Amino acid sequence: MQIPENLRFTASHEWVAGPEDGVVTVGVTDYAQDQLGDVVFVELPEVGSEVAAGDAVAVVESVKTASDIYAPVAGSIEAVNDELVDTPERINEGPYEAGWLFRIRVADAAAVAALLDAAGYRRVVEDEA
Amino acid sequence: MKRTPLYDTHIALGGRMVDFAGWAMPVHYPSGIQQEHIAVRSDVGIFDVSHMGEIRVLGEDATAFLRFATLNDPGRLKLGRGQYNMLPNDRGGLIDDLYVYREKDDEYLVVANAANVDAVLAQLRAVAEAYRCHVVDESATWALLALQGPGSALLLGRVIQDDLTQLRKNATLTTTLSGCPVRVSRTGYTGEDGFELFCHPNDAAIVWDVLTDAGALPCGLGARDTLRLEAGFPLYGHELDATTNPLCTEFDWVVKDKPFFGRDAMWGAACERRLVGLRMTDRGIPRQGYQVFREGVPIGNVTSGTLSPLTRESIAFAWIDASAADEGTEIAVEIRGQQVGATVVKPPFFG
Repeated sequence: MQIPENLRFTASHEWVAGPEDGVVTVGVTDYAQDQLGDVVFVELPEVGSEVAAGDAVAVVESVKTASDIYAPVAGSIEAVNDELVDTPERINEGPYEAGWLFRIRVADAAAVAALLDAAGYRRVVEDEA
Repeated sequence: MKRTPLYDTHIALGGRMVDFAGWAMPVHYPSGIQQEHIAVRSDVGIFDVSHMGEIRVLGEDATAFLRFATLNDPGRLKLGRGQYNMLPNDRGGLIDDLYVYREKDDEYLVVANAANVDAVLAQLRAVAEAYRCHVVDESATWALLALQGPGSALLLGRVIQDDLTQLRKNATLTTTLSGCPVRVSRTGYTGEDGFELFCHPNDAAIVWDVLTDAGALPCGLGARDTLRLEAGFPLYGHELDATTNPLCTEFDWVVKDKPFFGRDAMWGAACERRLVGLRMTDRGIPRQGYQVFREGVPIGNVTSGTLSPLTRESIAFAWIDASAADEGTEIAVEIRGQQVGATVVKPPFFG
């Protein structure tokens, strides 16, 4: 199971890359996609919408179940990965690359630094296993 | 959690184990539900269903007893044949759905859902008090494997000596496979041709290995669920339960016009709601429990739903008001607060 050292994480299994020019990229972790199984459906937030940290802003559905995806930090939705609508399996194939979900223009860059680092997230996963 | 004789095999294959009715069962293997599903539709898959219960009914009144205790008529079965059947309660609903095989004139093997074995045993034993017959729990003495898919007859034919072309649907034969005694029944729960193999628990791993070595893909309960749903088969605890009258479903053919336990509560009841199939016309996956609406008015609930791995359409079963149950009726399923369009259809959902 991959937990890249250069990313930040949430206890609800989102990863966060950046910020770069005030924008972070968000997806679900390798552990999360493995737990979900085959992803068959994705619902993405509207570009431009304002989100608070912890808001359920997207949905990833596997054959068996639907899972909410939460905004790791507050801000406005800058972009979404539209390609997932027709090829949701990219989340399984490359959760940290082609499977990214959305980008947030962050309100407060310090909120990103406060998220879990790779070691912290590894402990979350080990506690669940 | 209870373990089937194939538990170690599932672990070795990387099966994702879950608690299913108190049993540790694989929901899927590393291949994933979709690939396992497609294997059964296009080739051959194999499932461990040893968690299911086997109950032997024998004695001179066995036929009369089962004709009364169950909704279908096991007395119509020729020797060695099986039938889909249901066990009614006294309130017009069901304790379980069953498969019943006639082994001898006065001896039957009843296969029940894992979650319901105790309830089925209790009901059969209570009703059997008025009959000269015995009800014996043989669940621990049988392993059960399901070999399913269009290629299953060819595959099984390569590893046993018998002529499977002579084995009709719902018929059984007794044979040996790698020296293991096996009872083969041409039945299944996928909508494909296939076989269910009853064997001794100690032989289960041998039978499994022979069939997977011959090319059957190991499949978990996840694919079993999507396959049965696509094929339009009900699952107890979802489409059927203690409150559902089978006469208000497409499975009313099971209920034969004869005296049976709880008949008064079932036979006369009006169908205020009916079990229907749904196909989504807008984007979204219906799930168990989601509410169904017609013109903004709630009319029922989804009992099972998924994205069909074969057709890529979203499909479901739902119990809804009888007035909206006609094929082609436009309805909606509420998904995360949104009304998403759907149409009432008649399963199966493929082919």
